[in-house]
Amino acid sequence: MHRLRSLLISLAAGTSIVACDPGEPDGPAPYDSRYQSLASQSTILRGATVLTGTGDRIDNADVVMQDGKIVAVGSALDATGMTAVDASDMWVTPGVIDVHSHLGAYPSPGVSAHSDGNEATDPNTAEVWAEHSVWPQDPGFVAALAGGVTTLQVLPGSANLFGGRGVTLKNVPGRSVMDMKFPGAPYGLKMACGENPKRVYGGKGQSPSTRMGNVAGYRSAWIEAADYNKKLANAEKGQGEAPKRDLKLETLAGVLNGEILVHNHCYRADEMAVMFEIAKEFGYKITAFHHAVEAYKIADLLRENDTCGAIWADWYGFKMEAFDGIRENAAILDRAEACTVMHSDSEMGIQRLNQESAKVIGAAARVGIDIPPERAVRWFTANAAKALGIADVVGTLEPGKMADVTVWDGNPFSVYTKAQKVYIDGALVYDRSDESGNPVTDFSLGTAAQHGGAQ
Amino acid sequence: MNFALRFFVTSLVFIGVAAAQTTAITGATVHTVGPQGSIENATIIIEGGRIAAVGTNVSIPSDARRVDASNKVITPGLFSPLGQIGLSEVNAVEGTNDATQRGNDFAAAFDIADAYNPRSIVIAISRIDGITRAGITPHASGPDAEGYTSHVLSGLGSVVHLGDSPEWFVKRGAIVVANLGETGSSVAGGSRAAAVQILRAALDDALDYRQNKAAYERGDWRDYSFSAADLDALLGVLDGSAALLFNVDRASDISVVLGIAGEYNIRAIIAGGSEAWMVADHLAAAAVPVILDGINNLPGNFDRINARLDSASLLINAGVTVAFGASAQTHNARLLTQSAGIAVANGLTWDQALKAITLAPAEIYGVDSMVGTIEVGKDADLVIWSADPLELTSYPDQVYIQGAAISMESRQTLLRDRYLQTGSDAPPAFRN
Repeated sequence: MHRLRSLLISLAAGTSIVACDPGEPDGPAPYDSRYQSLASQSTILRGATVLTGTGDRIDNADVVMQDGKIVAVGSALDATGMTAVDASDMWVTPGVIDVHSHLGAYPSPGVSAHSDGNEATDPNTAEVWAEHSVWPQDPGFVAALAGGVTTLQVLPGSANLFGGRGVTLKNVPGRSVMDMKFPGAPYGLKMACGENPKRVYGGKGQSPSTRMGNVAGYRSAWIEAADYNKKLANAEKGQGEAPKRDLKLETLAGVLNGEILVHNHCYRADEMAVMFEIAKEFGYKITAFHHAVEAYKIADLLRENDTCGAIWADWYGFKMEAFDGIRENAAILDRAEACTVMHSDSEMGIQRLNQESAKVIGAAARVGIDIPPERAVRWFTANAAKALGIADVVGTLEPGKMADVTVWDGNPFSVYTKAQKVYIDGALVYDRSDESGNPVTDFSLGTAAQHGGAQ
Repeated sequence: MNFALRFFVTSLVFIGVAAAQTTAITGATVHTVGPQGSIENATIIIEGGRIAAVGTNVSIPSDARRVDASNKVITPGLFSPLGQIGLSEVNAVEGTNDATQRGNDFAAAFDIADAYNPRSIVIAISRIDGITRAGITPHASGPDAEGYTSHVLSGLGSVVHLGDSPEWFVKRGAIVVANLGETGSSVAGGSRAAAVQILRAALDDALDYRQNKAAYERGDWRDYSFSAADLDALLGVLDGSAALLFNVDRASDISVVLGIAGEYNIRAIIAGGSEAWMVADHLAAAAVPVILDGINNLPGNFDRINARLDSASLLINAGVTVAFGASAQTHNARLLTQSAGIAVANGLTWDQALKAITLAPAEIYGVDSMVGTIEVGKDADLVIWSADPLELTSYPDQVYIQGAAISMESRQTLLRDRYLQTGSDAPPAFRN
């Protein structure tokens, strides 16, 4: 039984131990990351306006990347033997991180044969993993890269109370999802409040058909997961039989054990408040509310619970629970010192999370709230990394972190600005000034995307 | 009288006065989008809801209300050419949506104008971000659960202003909407060719009807596949008083549209147009404009396989009139400025981009004698911007529609102001 436990933990944590055939050399565990960074050179970006992601802005600064890591940020750094990039008219930020994407799972073209984001057959499908729907040939990955995106979480859809596991990817298109998995990133669990689950299942004449049905569904599932955990623990102590392996309960138990992070689609303030009660009852943490259109009404609750609000800039009115969306949502959250994250949930929005943030800056300025670039950039870098549980390795330009870096041809909050160069683990993965080395997915061959379509 | 009501009444009085009174706006950089180009430190005089003067050497009437717009930027009001403003409150709340009609009762004659709600919350939200005019259009949908679909010809579209004057319609029945491509296929039984045949049959019937209307009305003529109401709607298309707007993306479908437009001598408009850039020269030669979904650069379906972000630049530089708009953006029609800004980042000049959200849509709808530029004699639809209007960090300080300073309040600003109050311990419902 002990062996099973370690397997679960290693799967959940995405580490690479155990579960190889005896006698074989150690390789990655099943489903584990096979990501390899592209070849990189030691590089110095010279003379840029640098937004570090830690809340600082450093003008006329150099950024040094070596062996895939950030080595230094500062003035007139030694660059002996390095590839030097004149970035004197450029702005440099950490690579953009989107915590809410369906790329690969709902890829382009959006034909029904590609509709792989919602296992809408049961209100609890915690057993499914979004990564097993990810099609790496989605042209959206490359379009996102041209928007400076270096890391993204692909989540299942929101038809179900428990939609399944989300997966965090490095935005380097590979042959399989394993080639793209962010090494060591924890899994996410997609949960959904509100209209979607009750509409999907109420429409089929089954539970949940109401919001109270939703809540009963979450609680019943957590009771089962807690019981499963208890049986596992008892069996480890030699008390009783271990339960049969159960994919659904493994994921839910992973949340209760703190190994899997809860990403909770939830629009209304009152529902988010109820979700906090459920988390309290069963002793788990809600890492982030996604969409959170009404987060501005409960900014204090988000701060107190250390829960991120991952939101759009201006989506509203497309359904009843989005009726109260306002553009100042992120500004009000950020002002309250709650973890504010700009997310996309869209193959279009992911290409310009910087512009989504600019909309908030403008709306805030209208009411006299000044949000400087060095503060707003955190919404799609450091804060997003925190929401994905990878803030210790990525999301800021601090020495020792992964050299995931986006170089912009101006202030990233200007509508005229574009990502010029995108580095992932120190490797130049996208270069607007030299398209010859840029990725093109198989699907895009022979289409306009090869010559400016996705750019 | 409670505070909210008092404020409301005061605003109404203010708006009434503003519309009647002469107004002089001074000091701004004015982008006229007209022959006068851009003028620094300009003065605009508004009289009787219209532009009375614009320039640097303008005398200000002594009774004029003066508005200091120093360091601000003024543009014509923005024109959202497509969507369902006033026809849709909440997309997923069925009873609030009136743009889609299914079944066999109507085709071209379906007129959404009677469903228009000038008090929709979407209007206040849109106009305080600079939108002063909008094209509103029927929306076609494929089969519902009972198998009813919209028609290939899904009805009449109109142009409205978003101001407070009660004559909301600037041009009723300005367009008839036709759906080809994938949508056409889904409403025509499974092939885009069938959609084209249905369209041709309708136009042929309408031609015949035009010749033989009297006999038809006497009951002395053959039957048609379409009702008299539908054929009457199409007469406007045939005589040029209405344009036929085609929702279409694929280049081959656009070529078919150009053929039909030439054959029947009608004014065609392309809406969507992801692959229009591939036939840009033909569009320019036929003087067929495009209402472009400019941000949509991914192959969402096979009709858009060659979508690209620099479409606007390719089209305009080939001589095609382009307006920005996306039918899906009813609630966020205010993102017109983002479309324009992104186009500038992808090859368009700033002036071309501003034109594509002001004058170009007015031209496409044939209302450019009234709006679209800041010119003497035109309706005074103006936006005073804090800075560059295409930058998302900018915002309107004040919007004028037909010469009246509109209330800069919306349901969203009310929510914002309630939750920005941090001094109060009272529950939000008591913060009034």
